[in-house]
Amino acid sequence: MTKSDLIASLSLKQIHLMQSDVELAVKLVLEQVGLALSLGERVEIRGFGSFALHSRPARIGRNPKSGASVHIPAKRVPHFKPGKEMRERVNKSIDSVTLKS
Amino acid sequence: MALTKAELAEALFEELGLNKREAKDFVDFFFEEIRNRLENGEAVKLSGFGNFELRDKNRRPGRNPKTGEEVPISARRVVTFRPGQKLRQRVSKNESSR
Repeated sequence: MTKSDLIASLSLKQIHLMQSDVELAVKLVLEQVGLALSLGERVEIRGFGSFALHSRPARIGRNPKSGASVHIPAKRVPHFKPGKEMRERVNKSIDSVTLKS
Repeated sequence: MALTKAELAEALFEELGLNKREAKDFVDFFFEEIRNRLENGEAVKLSGFGNFELRDKNRRPGRNPKTGEEVPISARRVVTFRPGQKLRQRVSKNESSR
């Protein structure tokens, strides 16, 4: 499913909202999550999961072409931890549903 | 402090003018739709944000860390999230705050 599929599905469920509003709402939700993370804040959606930042220390990397070593600064990466309901529902489907590409 | 569904609904109310009921429902539907797709074996790709993917893990031997006793870990299906380039760049910058 892509973002436009998500917008289409939600438009069918939220019949009182116009598709253009659903599109803005989807974008706003994703923007808010991104913004919170960029400010170093966690995001916690009960039953879905939480987003947090993990720190990666600075390290010496290598340019694979030239072999020259390069300093890679410390950085933070987004991390998602699925919530209990998400884990259980997804795991339950293992015997009945095959993964789609 | 963490961002929760309540704040997301508040943002929909303030910035898009949805009423409180619509805003709360929208946030619930949004996350439920993603969960539903994943439950149906479908990956969810949100450009600019990231991809929720599914992986099937084989059964493997595990150990109870307290007792040292060997316990098999059953085969399972898990969700993984791969942040998109845009999101990764956005969060990697702010090294200071937390």
